[in-house]
Amino acid sequence: MGINRRDFLKSSAAVAAASAVGISVPESAKAAANEAEQGWRWDKAPCRFCGTGCGIMLATKGGKIVAVKGDPAAPVNRGLNCIKGYFNAKIMYGADRLTQPLLRMNEKGEFDKKGKFKPVSWKRAFDEMEKHIRKALKEKGPEGVAVFGSGQYTIMEGYAAQKMVKGGFRGNAIDPNARHCMASAVVGFYQTFGIDEPSGCYDDIELTDTIVAWGSNMAEMHPILWSRVTDRKLSDPDRVKVINIQTYTHRSCDLSDFNIIFRPNTDLALWNYIAREIVTRDKKGGGKEDIIDWDFVKKHIVFTVGPVNIGYGMRRAGEKSLTPVNPDGSAGKYSAKEMKIINKEMEKKVGKLEAPALAPYGYKEGDTMKNTAGTLAHWMISFEEYKKSLEPFTLDYVASIAKGDPDESIESFKKKLKMLADLYIEKDRKVVSFWTMGMNQHTRGTWVNTLSYNVHFMLNKQAKPGSGAFSLTGQPSACGTAREVGTFCHRLPADLMVKNPKHRAKTEKKWMIPEGTINPVGKQHIVAIHRGLEDGLVKFAWVNVCNAFQDTANANHWIKAAREMDNFIVTSDGYPGISAMVSDLVLPSAMIYEKWGGYGNAERRTQLWKQQVVPVGQAMSDTWQWVELSKRFTVKDLWGEYAPSGPRKKPLPSVIEAAKKMGYKEDTTMYEILFANKEAKKYTIDDPLLKGFDDSDSLGDNRKIIGSDGKEWKGYGFFIHKYLFEEYAWFGRGHGHDLAPFDVYHKVRGLKWPVVDGKETAWRFNVKYDPYAAKANPGGDFAFYGPLAKKLFSGTLTKPDKKAGKTPIPNKAKIFARPYMDPPEMPDKEYDTWLCTGRVLEHWHSGTMTMRVPELFRAVPEALCYMHPKDAQKHGVKRGELVWVESRRGKVKARVETRGRNRPPRGLVFVPWFDEKVFINKVTLDATCPMSKQTDYKKCAVKITKA
Amino acid sequence: MADKKKVEISSRRRFFTNIAHNVGLGAMGTLLLAGYAQKAKSSPLTLRPPAALGEADFIKTCIKCGLCAEACVNRPQNRDKEGNQKKGTLKMAKANDSVTIGTPFFTPRDVPCFMCDDIPCVPVCPSGALDINKVTNPKTKKLDFKMMDMGVAVVDVHSCIAFWGLQCDACYRACPLLDEAIKLQYNRNSRTGKHAFLEPVINPDVCTGCGLCEKACVTEKPAIFVLPREVAQGKPGDHYVRGWDKKDQQRVKDRKASDIKTEDERSSKTPVDYLNKGLEY
Repeated sequence: MGINRRDFLKSSAAVAAASAVGISVPESAKAAANEAEQGWRWDKAPCRFCGTGCGIMLATKGGKIVAVKGDPAAPVNRGLNCIKGYFNAKIMYGADRLTQPLLRMNEKGEFDKKGKFKPVSWKRAFDEMEKHIRKALKEKGPEGVAVFGSGQYTIMEGYAAQKMVKGGFRGNAIDPNARHCMASAVVGFYQTFGIDEPSGCYDDIELTDTIVAWGSNMAEMHPILWSRVTDRKLSDPDRVKVINIQTYTHRSCDLSDFNIIFRPNTDLALWNYIAREIVTRDKKGGGKEDIIDWDFVKKHIVFTVGPVNIGYGMRRAGEKSLTPVNPDGSAGKYSAKEMKIINKEMEKKVGKLEAPALAPYGYKEGDTMKNTAGTLAHWMISFEEYKKSLEPFTLDYVASIAKGDPDESIESFKKKLKMLADLYIEKDRKVVSFWTMGMNQHTRGTWVNTLSYNVHFMLNKQAKPGSGAFSLTGQPSACGTAREVGTFCHRLPADLMVKNPKHRAKTEKKWMIPEGTINPVGKQHIVAIHRGLEDGLVKFAWVNVCNAFQDTANANHWIKAAREMDNFIVTSDGYPGISAMVSDLVLPSAMIYEKWGGYGNAERRTQLWKQQVVPVGQAMSDTWQWVELSKRFTVKDLWGEYAPSGPRKKPLPSVIEAAKKMGYKEDTTMYEILFANKEAKKYTIDDPLLKGFDDSDSLGDNRKIIGSDGKEWKGYGFFIHKYLFEEYAWFGRGHGHDLAPFDVYHKVRGLKWPVVDGKETAWRFNVKYDPYAAKANPGGDFAFYGPLAKKLFSGTLTKPDKKAGKTPIPNKAKIFARPYMDPPEMPDKEYDTWLCTGRVLEHWHSGTMTMRVPELFRAVPEALCYMHPKDAQKHGVKRGELVWVESRRGKVKARVETRGRNRPPRGLVFVPWFDEKVFINKVTLDATCPMSKQTDYKKCAVKITKA
Repeated sequence: MADKKKVEISSRRRFFTNIAHNVGLGAMGTLLLAGYAQKAKSSPLTLRPPAALGEADFIKTCIKCGLCAEACVNRPQNRDKEGNQKKGTLKMAKANDSVTIGTPFFTPRDVPCFMCDDIPCVPVCPSGALDINKVTNPKTKKLDFKMMDMGVAVVDVHSCIAFWGLQCDACYRACPLLDEAIKLQYNRNSRTGKHAFLEPVINPDVCTGCGLCEKACVTEKPAIFVLPREVAQGKPGDHYVRGWDKKDQQRVKDRKASDIKTEDERSSKTPVDYLNKGLEY
């Protein structure tokens, strides 16, 4: 039997298959197959998209990525992908990639904020950046130079940006879009465990009996994890329970044993209801059963509380853009309508729904609550005090405020709440609670995160195989870069904090910069940077690996500030999007596999990859862009004294003399100090890892582009990515954040940190699995060893007693008393509908990559307004017709869908944010959790009218 | 209130439809015959508008007036955010379309049917080629999009990436009768040991053939596509009822005693003839 020599024979797989079934393959075809195989280079990398962290293999041929496959060796996905992952090979090849720097110019070729974009050289681009940064530093100090960073930065990019901003410019105005995504989870971890990131891992899915997903739609946002949840359910359908809890019915609800649809923000009440059930059923709480694991609680847990009058993270009275206050109620740049909500930041009337929950804290309905700005302060209380905080959360009260579907009966809702509590409480039942943006994007996001651990702790169902509360990450390196590298305004690598003098000193020493260089005030989080632009504090802003002007709530204000005020905005990106459009300078960035990189996923798994192809056009990595910028500034330029500015009320003293004592000169560049120092040069370019692979940053490449100095770019001459990674990893090693060596990550499919003696850690804080816990509590069972806030005052629910002094609580975790409170904006007569925003499986974030993949665009070409059919009828619109979705802040037109994948209850609409033509963040409210500063994109009030 | 108004509109439309129908048969008869004369035969894969008569009757009845396609393109939903009209679903066949010239059809991968609640293409049909009764719920007397029938979706399980184990279900999410017309079949993936297959499976009794799935399918050539029902579906015999499915008897409810006979080559001979033929030995 012969075989036709057809194209498919070029694939060696076909030949292998043919041989396997005994079909003879002509020699000529075999030779062709070998040739084809030789032309393809397969190498590993993580997927570009979400926080799941799937492993893929990339085939390169002729300088392009020609194919991708799921990596069968990757433990997360074992060779599978979702449909975004399926298109990894296509995302870099959109015809409209940015290939050269673009500057707004006038006819004479000068920069002009009102000019049109025209191509310029890299040298001209850096000239303009340098000029505007110098101007900003002069006018506003380091607080005037800001960076919109990213949870999609590679580890090396994030570290380079962080080092230049904090070590070079002496600023802290760098904050990632991960602030919008994970900040509440982070503060929840810090407050509860004293250290960031989850105790468990994805293996919990296979080991648990119960999966409760709160405020997340895993089927669309974490599809590969969802397929693992589905498999677990199939493995034992009667024993394994799946429950989804959120404000509307969505795709994940298909698999649930039951779903709970709650009224926005009342997840706070649901968690407290479960906690109350645990306490009141327990013998010590007055019940009849042994529910609480008192041995565990006494050994490992303290009860705590903090203030409740902390506002909503909105602008505060007196801020520049809120002055003057006018008689009509408007203030500065904000309309009277907007001020109606913003004024609640300063004080509010205690509402009817929240009043019972606030009673233990001394408030009753109608009281005026004076709000202070958010605080992380908390103190210890007794179990009795904690129990008092739970008393209001009876089934009747919680059901009355939390039932989210007006068409569901209260009896049905109550029955489900009870079933939920029973499942958590059931002896020998393992439970995992997952959550994503519903619990993080929340004006009480930190609170609701900590409330989840309360339940798991009392039942001793945390940090154990198959049991634990687990925060799912949205972005591919929100953990690996934003959090672990610490590209937040208040952080340094590996959980070090800018406000801690010891942490600053440690960082300064490692960075070989003078003591006192790092600015101690880290308050310019991402929303504060936008507000800083509007206030005129921030004069220079650089957007890195994100779409800051599309992804931030209340976008009209920030776009206006960018376009109309005296500032200079730069966006580095692969494709043009909203942020590039509102910028003054646009820089072409190398995309994911066009550079060396590293990501860290939600289960603490660090994954590194090699540069697979040379970037398009003149695009270069963000690492390169940061390092090139560092060449433009010297000790004298940056390290002198700065007068108080913005949130920093004290001067920043000069460190020039101290620098000289270290051997630097006034004209030593930041490049020489921070990036091309003697440590860096130890990482040579004859490293075997570089053999056969490009490194456009270290080595230059065959494009021979003209670099930032106007000369041909030939590379740094040292292995910069390995240097940056190893220096960053030093911070965590020996401190519970241990990473393996750079080379190891190029051999394995990622490792979950802490990696101790070459072994990864699956469950942290558990003595059996975590060497750090074993060291902290030899012979014991758990140690919650995180070091943050481990000395506390004691007191009552309403105040600490400072006289008695602080008590150290080493190795203990915390249970927090935290009530239900209303969000700042709720539907009323005029704006009568809740708006919730989110994502769809087909598109990643603001859509700049996935909307350019024709197949994904065709699948979901526009963002729809998902609505209950009866609401559509009420508003007089048919499915498929356009409506205005309008809030006090802005409005957008969107097409109505009443039968789609998301089915909201009456009174709520859902609009995804990926579509720049349905710019829903013009409508959303920039209220944040006042502790984590994470925006609540999940609830504000809108009205719907036929367009 | 809104409901009542809708009924009125519907019955008025039907009134006009009836008038037009009569006019069509009379005054437009010439045109009808002219169309016939061309004898351009449609491909058996042609997808017709909702409520179309069977292909043979449809061809005889359709007067090629284009009112259905006009209603489709003019529906208020068919505008982009700037107010521009988009391509309609229904097209009137041109010479190269492999469809009888002048008759309406649609190509889902290009523009699928959006299954409008008010089905604007059907009541405007003057000839009855699109039979409003086919999409009128007999109980409520209202138009019912669930009764549309343009074809049925078929999955090529070899090219559908969900059957590879990838997490896709783009068709499932795009389906306007989500979890009714397309359901997900969950299977364990024994190769990985910890993932599940989420495979799209069509329920042909519910699927209307709108093609939103075909449009959404992310493979290069769609792995899910709509075919006319006669082409896509097989037919089990009426002599057997699924004992485990109480509703299955409905499927064979029209079976008559007179249907009960089996004729084949063997039965062409009577028993007597057969027996008398004898055996050679």
